[in-house]
Amino acid sequence: MIPHDETMILETPFYSRCLAACEINLWEDWKGYRSAQAYTSVEQEYFAVRSNTGVFDISPMIKYRFIGPDAGAYLNRLLTRDISKIAIDRVAYTVWCDDEGQVMDDGTIFHLGENDYRLCAYARCLDWLMWSAEGFDVTIFDETADIAALAVQGPTSCAVFKNMGFTGIENLKPFGITRYPFEGSEVMISRTGFTGDLGYEIWIEPALAEAFWDQLFAAGKLRGIRAIGSAALDMLRTETGFLQAGVDFVPAEEAIRNGRSRSPFELGLGWLVSFDKPVFNGRKALLKEKKEGSRYAFVYLDVEGNKPAEHAFIYAGNKEVGTVTTAAWCPTAKSNIAFAQVDAKYGKVGQELVAEIYYERELKWTRLMAKCTVVEGAVFNPPRKRQTPAADF
Amino acid sequence: MINLDKNYDVIIVGGGHNGLVCASYLAKDGRSVLVLEANNSIGGASATSEFVDQFSVSSCAHWLIQLNPDIASDMGLNSQGLEMAARDLKTIALAEDADHLTIDGDNLEGGGISDEDRKAYIAFNKQMLKFCKLLAGAFNRRAPKLVEGNLTDRLTLAKLGLGMKMLGKDDMSDLMRLALINIYDVMEENFDNELLKGAISLDSLLGSHMGPRSPNTVYGYLYRRMGDVFGYKGPAVVKGGMGAVGEAMANAARAKGVDIQLGAAVSKINIDVDRATGVTLADGTVVNGALVVSNADPKTTFNKLVGLANIETGVARRVKTMRMKGDAAKLHIALDSLPNFTGLTEQQMGQRLVIAPTMNYIETAFNASKYGEYSKAPAMDISIPSVHDASLAPDGKHVMSVIVQYAPYELAGGWNDEHKEAFKNLVIDRIADFAPDLKDKIVAAQLLTPVDIEERFHIHGGHWHHGEISLDQILMMRPFPGASQYGTAVDGLYLCGAGNHPGGGVMGLAGHNAAKEIINRGKSA
Repeated sequence: MIPHDETMILETPFYSRCLAACEINLWEDWKGYRSAQAYTSVEQEYFAVRSNTGVFDISPMIKYRFIGPDAGAYLNRLLTRDISKIAIDRVAYTVWCDDEGQVMDDGTIFHLGENDYRLCAYARCLDWLMWSAEGFDVTIFDETADIAALAVQGPTSCAVFKNMGFTGIENLKPFGITRYPFEGSEVMISRTGFTGDLGYEIWIEPALAEAFWDQLFAAGKLRGIRAIGSAALDMLRTETGFLQAGVDFVPAEEAIRNGRSRSPFELGLGWLVSFDKPVFNGRKALLKEKKEGSRYAFVYLDVEGNKPAEHAFIYAGNKEVGTVTTAAWCPTAKSNIAFAQVDAKYGKVGQELVAEIYYERELKWTRLMAKCTVVEGAVFNPPRKRQTPAADF
Repeated sequence: MINLDKNYDVIIVGGGHNGLVCASYLAKDGRSVLVLEANNSIGGASATSEFVDQFSVSSCAHWLIQLNPDIASDMGLNSQGLEMAARDLKTIALAEDADHLTIDGDNLEGGGISDEDRKAYIAFNKQMLKFCKLLAGAFNRRAPKLVEGNLTDRLTLAKLGLGMKMLGKDDMSDLMRLALINIYDVMEENFDNELLKGAISLDSLLGSHMGPRSPNTVYGYLYRRMGDVFGYKGPAVVKGGMGAVGEAMANAARAKGVDIQLGAAVSKINIDVDRATGVTLADGTVVNGALVVSNADPKTTFNKLVGLANIETGVARRVKTMRMKGDAAKLHIALDSLPNFTGLTEQQMGQRLVIAPTMNYIETAFNASKYGEYSKAPAMDISIPSVHDASLAPDGKHVMSVIVQYAPYELAGGWNDEHKEAFKNLVIDRIADFAPDLKDKIVAAQLLTPVDIEERFHIHGGHWHHGEISLDQILMMRPFPGASQYGTAVDGLYLCGAGNHPGGGVMGLAGHNAAKEIINRGKSA
């Protein structure tokens, strides 16, 4: 149980190590846990992931477990992806919708074993999961506090793990799961992450968290390992085109105003929707949308100049057609990227739009009408992300 | 009879009265229709059964009080053998001191009734009837959707709205006030006589899980009085028992070309991803149909026949939260001869007898059920149909049918034999307080608890209305939002039972409206 009655903010199993590493004492609240926004400087942390290895404490991420003979069928009705195609020891990115086909959240589903799955989510949704369980033989529980987890991301991450004695880790394919003995117990490693780089996530019992951190950082010393905070992660995910729930879309259950939620198609996530499977939440509404058209389109924009188009309005000619949800100058891709929601009839790849950017320098505000081009997808997408065996950097 | 070579346009699950009404209208529209009934007799809760050798009784509903006359005439039920053994019966509210109150239309006799109450009762009836007429305008058509309503829906709403305006200022504000309060307060406002207040209160909550002080009871009362709009001046006794209604409807349906198969329990409604394709019977037979119409209650339909796993979470949740726990039991007594109710003549014993001496008596009876106990002094609605219909029992002998409130579906400790026996004896003892020689005349007695009613009539929770009739579960909220116009989230699957607008009672409008909706949506519905 999470002792929310005893403390206003919780500590993760790695907290003692995060505290020691956090030189600038910059914290934030991530789903009730004290979580570092930055440890030293955001740029340094960003470049650790792109050049060496960055370690991000993902323990606060909401984790649900599904066990029982109907676990697979249950998840197939809950999620938009065809779960029957996800083999044991594989992970998949997915979204889930309400009956109206509006995205409630996105996350990753881990097929841990026969009739055994884990779902990592942005928001708590146990009530929805339990309502959905009517008619299925499945046991569901929140295991957020029972699992300590780290994202270990960057080109040297595989080498760091090899230094730790995880022989053969280089052969783990993207979205694969493997396990190694650790301190008389076990660590689960998945080749997953939120940075678009070569990288892994590790899952371990909380009692072993500190020991793992210590061995990891010892093994990574000569490979430039560094703890990173959420600010750097935000740059990384933007560069590689990953959506952030609560930023790039309003989870359907949290949307109060009519029409503020979005369907998977409207978020550019139509590829996650499988109509070739039994009934799932949102199926009917999504089929209808597919037939009749969406209201909005999600686009990646390459924005002229180097001023991030944060909160910018987007124009097609003189007509306002949308707004930016995420924007950042991406140092490695060397491009000024923005994610935007535009009216469905705009946003074809190659289309030129205009972003109305306001920026401030020493109290002087400047309005900039920056040209931008709709681009296909992530600007940062290196081969090392997929390469198996993973390269030794 | 099932003809597997026929490609049925419509398969109706359940041969209750609404299923048969729906089948008839669809067949009349030229569709090939098959009705599948799990039991070996037709009519569902409109049933007659021989509960002891040679003694028969209406085993669920026992009065005919609101069968819609347009449906009866469209189906030609009179020429199909439906006969009343008696109609426009009086209600006699039994008093402990044998000074009973007789309610006969607008007239009140006995029970120490005052002239003020007599006058007030006439005014009360007039107003209630006015309200019922207004509601009736929305009863024989589908419930309107509030948003995205089309012209039909807007007309229904406009008619309701206009109807309310036409009531006049006083009646309109009265309706809006009364609909939300409880029958107890309304009775206190209008009358002094305890027997009268008790009897009216009982009418407002029969079959429900409510006491006189529960909100929604005024709507329950209006719902029951709907029979007045349909031409009933009191309950009627059907010749041969309520099963004869089912039989006549089945005859009418067959005459229109409907195939009816008895003893065919549907175990599953077959669905291809999101479209109903037919049904699978308990014996494994698969029957395909372009449309499946379920006369089963919404919970049984979705929990058991469709499977909550095969519909989306939002709908499954609404099914789950629907309120339908029965709180009424049935007691059937075979009698060697007519018992003597103190202060009643034989002719009077053929009327409707109620035991609800005061509103607090009913409320106290209800209290127990809130905590999973049966009432120690239950309220009752008693019928001795054999007074009017000798065919129900051997010569000179009689049957008594009693609706008993309250007997909660979820009794603490469960409805085992011991609890059933104790409750049965308690009910008999209570009736014997008014008919002292009753126990000497009993040949046999049968108690049907809500659990028995669930098993026998396949109604979830043993709730004869297929869902509580209350403001949160009527009109566009019946059975639940998203399924209130007889269509469901599963394409090709419709609902036609009492769980739908306008509701239960042997009325037939749910089945009629469902058929109308299916016909309006055209062949591809």
